[in-house]
Amino acid sequence: ISSTRDTYCRHRFKHFKVASGWRLTDSMAATNQGTLFRSEVMCRSQLYLPPEAAYNCVAELGELGLVQFVDVNPDVSNFQRQFVNEVKRCEEMERKLRFIEVEVIKEDLNIDEDETEPSAPAQREMVELEQNLTTVENNLKEVNKNYVELRKSNLELTEYKCMLKQADTFLSETRISLDTDEQTNIEDDGDKREDSMKFNIVAGVLDRSRQHTFEKMLWRVSKGNVFTRFFEIQEPIEDPKSGQSLHKTIFMIFFQGEELKIRVKKICEGFHANVYLCPDKARERDELIQGMLTRLDDLNTVLNQTTEHRHRLLLAACRTLRSSYVKVRKMKAVYHILNQFSLRDAQRVLIGECWMPVSDIPAIRMAINAGAQAAGSSVTPTIERVPTTEEHPTFNRTNKYTEGFQNLIDAYGMNSYREVNPSVYTIATFPFLFAVMFGDAGHGLIMLVAALVMIIWENKLEKTMKSSEIFSIFFAGRYIVFLMSIFSIYTGLIYNDVFSKSVNIFGTHWMTNMNFTANSSHPLSLETNFMLDPKSIAQYRGNPYPFGIDPIWQTAKNKIGFLNTYKMKISLIFGVIHMTFGVMLSLWNKILKRHYHEIILEFLPQLFFFLCLFGYLILIIFIKWMLYGANYTDQYSEHCAPNLLITFINMVLFKKADVDPKLEKCHVDGFNYEIYMFPGQSGLQKFLIVYGLLMVPVMLFGKPAYKYYKMREARRRQGDAMRQDLLGNTADHEDEESIGDTMMYQAIHTIEYVLGSVSHTASYLRLWALSLAHAQLSEVLWSMVMQIALKSGGWVGAIMLYVIFAFWAVLTISILVLMEGLSAFLHTLRLHWVEFQSKFYHGDGYGFVPFSFRSVLKEAAADDKEVMKTLR
Amino acid sequence: LILFYKRKMALCGPKLSLCGVIISAWGIIQLSMMGIFFYINSVALIEDIKLAEEYEDLRKLKTDMDAGYQQNAYNCWIAALMYLVTLCVSAQQFWMNSRTSYSV
Repeated sequence: ISSTRDTYCRHRFKHFKVASGWRLTDSMAATNQGTLFRSEVMCRSQLYLPPEAAYNCVAELGELGLVQFVDVNPDVSNFQRQFVNEVKRCEEMERKLRFIEVEVIKEDLNIDEDETEPSAPAQREMVELEQNLTTVENNLKEVNKNYVELRKSNLELTEYKCMLKQADTFLSETRISLDTDEQTNIEDDGDKREDSMKFNIVAGVLDRSRQHTFEKMLWRVSKGNVFTRFFEIQEPIEDPKSGQSLHKTIFMIFFQGEELKIRVKKICEGFHANVYLCPDKARERDELIQGMLTRLDDLNTVLNQTTEHRHRLLLAACRTLRSSYVKVRKMKAVYHILNQFSLRDAQRVLIGECWMPVSDIPAIRMAINAGAQAAGSSVTPTIERVPTTEEHPTFNRTNKYTEGFQNLIDAYGMNSYREVNPSVYTIATFPFLFAVMFGDAGHGLIMLVAALVMIIWENKLEKTMKSSEIFSIFFAGRYIVFLMSIFSIYTGLIYNDVFSKSVNIFGTHWMTNMNFTANSSHPLSLETNFMLDPKSIAQYRGNPYPFGIDPIWQTAKNKIGFLNTYKMKISLIFGVIHMTFGVMLSLWNKILKRHYHEIILEFLPQLFFFLCLFGYLILIIFIKWMLYGANYTDQYSEHCAPNLLITFINMVLFKKADVDPKLEKCHVDGFNYEIYMFPGQSGLQKFLIVYGLLMVPVMLFGKPAYKYYKMREARRRQGDAMRQDLLGNTADHEDEESIGDTMMYQAIHTIEYVLGSVSHTASYLRLWALSLAHAQLSEVLWSMVMQIALKSGGWVGAIMLYVIFAFWAVLTISILVLMEGLSAFLHTLRLHWVEFQSKFYHGDGYGFVPFSFRSVLKEAAADDKEVMKTLR
Repeated sequence: LILFYKRKMALCGPKLSLCGVIISAWGIIQLSMMGIFFYINSVALIEDIKLAEEYEDLRKLKTDMDAGYQQNAYNCWIAALMYLVTLCVSAQQFWMNSRTSYSV
């Protein structure tokens, strides 16, 4: 405790300087509930726990999942930690559990999933569990061993029996009399001679794969003096150890002489053949067979009982397998955390350091009090807040709806502590920009159905989610997909595009009252184009279609030309609005940090520079839209509308455009309306350019100049007080280096901003490009695939339609929804990450990773899956 | 006969039958709507009917257009009915598959 107090004193002054203002607002915000706008207020605290209650308290905190522990003694190796024995015991138990699980899986039993998650067990339960697991493991090992041995003897007996039966049939068939005592007289001196006349039989069982080589070897060794017979065993025999089925052959070798016998026996050994004694007499063989059969029966009963015993053991084990896993893992996690504590004060208190959100301190306090009570400890644990200069972790409290969007932002960079969180606005702007690029109501409808399926059955699907990784990614973003689809239906109706066909809801506002004639000398070709002039009241009603693009554009040859100019202009409008909003958010950051000087020196110049150039571009887009029209007269007719791009280029280059002598009507009152839209425009443009460019040096030199000025003042003040202040050295040294750094940083930032504003504005044109590509793809798919069936005519068209619709549906989903959807998603993401966030985002925080059993178990489940994959 | 019926279960697996259900359901909805739009002679579908390159008689053009629209409407509805049959078969296969498989 004393050491922390020392460090606190030493850092007292640094705390105020380097605090960078984020934490100075903590006291104000301490009572606020967290919002998504900024990350939560975090505090570093020390936990003082009595040793007997420490386990329970940490277990309670694990269930709560709101505290991130920091290692107090990071230099201590793993083997010197306090609770290393307990951790070892937990790992041993886990190994036993895994062994049992493998056996259960081999037996093809169902492992019950637990409905309720068991909590971390008490320490005495651990001993019970350990003993239980050890007995189960030993029993299983014993049973397995016995089983293997029984199977081996079973195998031998079966082979022997087959061989005997075969030998019996063979010998009785061929009636080779090998017996000497039944028919011939025993002669004293004829023994030796008769021995050599007698046939010896060596019989046994051999692997079928080796049969051929065996035969050849025998033939060579015996120089052809043996007679062999082979009989195949029809049913395959199971190898006791490996469980593979082997095919075996029975062999019988007939030969004369002792020497050959030795050689034959050696060859049999070499080929791993099992040689069995084959008695000569039929009676003996019969007896042996009977004996075999009874022994086999007995063995089979024993085997059955063994398998049943094993089955029962495994059944009992697998019932509690999952909950034991959970208990052991929770225990291990708690001991890992306890290892990060340090034992102080003559072993009377365990001290640990952690990060926690300030608003959750009451809940945390309640949890550890409950843990201490459960352990029956009389000492109450305490939480003490410790100020620190380390960077605080970022904790954004999300629910299942906002989690997806927060993940999108975090993938690029985690928020800095207490910075404005862009994910709040992303919830609205992301689906909108996606929809501008996707823009087809039919495809949006497909996406909506898919999203609704995932949302309505989310509880059921969450469990089966672990199967495929791609599906789990889509599932995690189901609310994003849902919003994207709704917005896409909206923009699809605006672009009037449903599977590349337009819907005519309100009746087109263009009228075709043309008279067509056709006769044999002038046939009417369906390819001819007719021009509709919006100026004539007979052809255009004069006011536009109420919602969206007029459906007549679907049949127009110049549809793309018309839509291009519309989509390009709205892309730029959306882009400038989005980026201006980003710059405004940086204002918020500066207010929060209390860097008020930056507002004047950085924010205002940035804003003015951007608005003077690109805000003016948007303004002239709107002016042109409002002033000029097809049915307006004289200088505001459509022929006089100036080209905005040329206007903008001339504005930046300070160039004056040439007057077109042909456009007589546009020169009114000595003013050229085909160049300038309103009087005073040239003057305004010059002013805007000069003012905008003047903002650049302010951006470049403003902040460093301010810092230099502040430093000079501080040094002057410090020079007076240097005798009294003993600790000023370190602070002074820091400020001196920072001016060069600030200059460099500011230069980079300014160049990035100025050049970026041009390129990013142009980058928003991808909104136009992708929506054009999507519309064209969809149209091509319809006209190349569906029209084959629709234009075929006759009743065969029905069958063709049946088949081709399936093709069209599959291609629509795979190309237009999945591929284009992912592409638009990616581009929208890039627009947010680069164009939007570069205006205000710092994003160099680190996430708050609380100690929670849920994440521990999830990690363990992932590990389990890996291990199971290698075992199968 | 019962055995024969039981053996018919394995006509297609669970994934294929699910695809069949989805495409058939979509096909029924979309094709019946397309049939309605063809029946009311909607202009948006003008390029999807069979017409000759040029016409010398305007009345023939009108009759061709009407006939084309009608024919396509009937074709769409027939295809929708065929998809209804496919939906029933796929749905039955899907239920069969989900009943006989044990999920671990």
